[in-house]
Amino acid sequence: MQLILESLFNGVAIGSVLLVAALGLAIVFGLMGVINLAHGELMMLGAYSTYITQLIFKQVSFLKPFYDSYVIVAIGIAFLVSGTVGILLERTVIRRLYGSPLETLLATWGVSLILQQFVRSVPLAYGSGLVIALFFGLFTPLFISDDLLNGAKGKLIRAFTWAFSAFLGVLTGGVLSSLVSKLSRASARNVDVTAPSWMRGGIDFVGITFPKTRLLIILITLISVLVVIFFLDKTAWGIRIRAVTQNRPMSDCLGISTETVDIITFGVGSGLAGVAGVAVSLLGSVGPNVGGNYIVGCFMVVVLGGVGNLLGTILASFSIGIMTDLIGAGRLLTIWPEMPSPLYSTIDFFATTSMARVMIFALIVIFLQFRPTGMFPQKGRMVES
Amino acid sequence: MSIFSTKTSWINLIIWVLIIALIIAAPSVLPVFRLNLLGRYLSLAIVALGVDLIWGFTGMLSLGQGIFFALGGYCAAMFLQLNSASEFPNGIPEFFGLYGVEKLPFFWEPFKSSAFTLISIWLLPAMIAGLLGYLVFRNRIKGVYFSILTQAALLVFFNFFNGQQKLINGTNGLKTDVTQLFGQMVGSEIMQRWFFWISAVLVILAWFFARWIVRDRFGNILIGIRDDEARVRFTGYNPVIFKTIIFSIAGGLAGISGALYTVQSGIVSPQFMTVPFSIEMVIWVAVGGRGTLLGAILGAVFINYAKSLVSEALPASWMFIQGGLFILVVTALPEGVLGWIRKGGIRKLLFLIGANKKLETYPRLEVNEQGEVNS
Repeated sequence: MQLILESLFNGVAIGSVLLVAALGLAIVFGLMGVINLAHGELMMLGAYSTYITQLIFKQVSFLKPFYDSYVIVAIGIAFLVSGTVGILLERTVIRRLYGSPLETLLATWGVSLILQQFVRSVPLAYGSGLVIALFFGLFTPLFISDDLLNGAKGKLIRAFTWAFSAFLGVLTGGVLSSLVSKLSRASARNVDVTAPSWMRGGIDFVGITFPKTRLLIILITLISVLVVIFFLDKTAWGIRIRAVTQNRPMSDCLGISTETVDIITFGVGSGLAGVAGVAVSLLGSVGPNVGGNYIVGCFMVVVLGGVGNLLGTILASFSIGIMTDLIGAGRLLTIWPEMPSPLYSTIDFFATTSMARVMIFALIVIFLQFRPTGMFPQKGRMVES
Repeated sequence: MSIFSTKTSWINLIIWVLIIALIIAAPSVLPVFRLNLLGRYLSLAIVALGVDLIWGFTGMLSLGQGIFFALGGYCAAMFLQLNSASEFPNGIPEFFGLYGVEKLPFFWEPFKSSAFTLISIWLLPAMIAGLLGYLVFRNRIKGVYFSILTQAALLVFFNFFNGQQKLINGTNGLKTDVTQLFGQMVGSEIMQRWFFWISAVLVILAWFFARWIVRDRFGNILIGIRDDEARVRFTGYNPVIFKTIIFSIAGGLAGISGALYTVQSGIVSPQFMTVPFSIEMVIWVAVGGRGTLLGAILGAVFINYAKSLVSEALPASWMFIQGGLFILVVTALPEGVLGWIRKGGIRKLLFLIGANKKLETYPRLEVNEQGEVNS
């Protein structure tokens, strides 16, 4: 009983990281049919945001008393950072490639290479300055009335907002690099996010120790899922997003600005990647390649769960998580020690993390033989190709 | 149709003359190190041809060609290791001793035969590709799903080969440069020159083979599948068979390419199955020109040569350049360089900079003030 509970907990913990990472991907893929191979790198940006937030909280004197709560602030910052980069990506590259998913796949791979090399060769302080500049440059026009923007001096105003944002960015970069010396030099080395004191250790319950970081990640995932469900179900833009997912031309005819919907969806999806990055940064060291470890798992979740279906995504990630733990940690062997020896040796053969991956991907391919469109396929008449 | 009847054929002819001149001149001009690099890139051109067949012509983007590439490499490396294993204890390759393995694993046995190896280099990857492909295509999984699944399959193989020290030396891979073949060290200069020639000849043979495939009705069906698979099915063809065959051919080409690459780089390791390497293969074809066989070859050779030159000079910048290439090719040059030239790109460019007058394709219409046409 205890074993099963522990296994279940580990599985849910692995699955919830996968889920929060795959959530954004599922929304973007479901809505726009866009395969975003840079999703892992957006996670990486979120993880680096956590690291930077932590350093700022450590160095800046008036933030020091609140050091313990930096993780919560980091979630918001990571969401905004990844969301901003995602929107930039959508505006500049992906928008040109709608309707040709394979091309998007290649282009986003290019973006992911650039982002990886960017964090390696640009000091993090100036990197964050650039993100700040982009953030204000992209979002300030929203707060200026349309009349002004489209008026005679519209171009001038736009140029001014960008200049102002650039100034803010340079300022941030300069201030950050002088405040926090670790951020002022470029480094390809992995960095570590140290968890605040209240997150160390674990909670004992019925004889099992639940690590607090894992619990926090499960909590983050739970909240993200609930917020996403609320957003998609109850808010006006969420409903528009679902409408566009179901029928893009018809929504367009009914007056929904599909372009805006695309931006919002991509922004939210990328922002969720940032939140996943926070979770990932709590689990291990953060490096330029951190996203690559998760991206294929995320795609597996999306494929297994079925496109455009949150329930499928949730179930798929938890089942993959539980399977990973069951197979990878060799838990089946401890649960059922006297199983027949050929089965025992087979399972023993797969009882490492990497071999468990082999097994699970193989199982997914077999599963797709029977349900090619995943657990919960989209209903209705599907147009081929 | 005569080969030299059209303008594009003339471009082809010029490029071919250049390529053959380059190949003949290379061994006497280039130092051994560069020659070896060129040989490697020529062998990569073979896998690029396979990628072009399945992606450029059939429209299936496989991100898992590294599997078949590495399998071919492993076949060659296993043979070479066994070929020079007699001096080691138990008569098995040296690395087995590190893990306390005393008996050769069963699947190594057939690789003692050179004939079996020569066949398995292309047949084994082709068979695995065919099987994988059939399972996927049978369920009408296509488009990005196919790409994701091939990538997952790549990771499966990578993790498997990476984790099995006792079977195939795991993450360290199998070395070939210190093994013996025909009484010569494989890494020696004379052998490397031979491998260069073999690669060059095989690239040309592979090109003829690929061309033979795509020129006939078979090629037309492939293009039909790329452009509208449902319509091909409704016309009475079964796309599954054609896709499986072409995927399996591409796998076989990848295997040959991997074997040649392995003997020239001196090692085969699970690094050949990493995700980035397989996607790079796609970008060679994309830059060269998808759907043009020559473009795949040129793309593979030139991009890799550029990569080695740039990486030597500015190591950090190659990732930026490569990333930029992906974005640029997809957004601005979807046909690739060769496709762009064939579609009259140079004339357009000349026109843009004002060096060439725009052709008047339609007779100019005289319009009077009422907007009516004066005839």
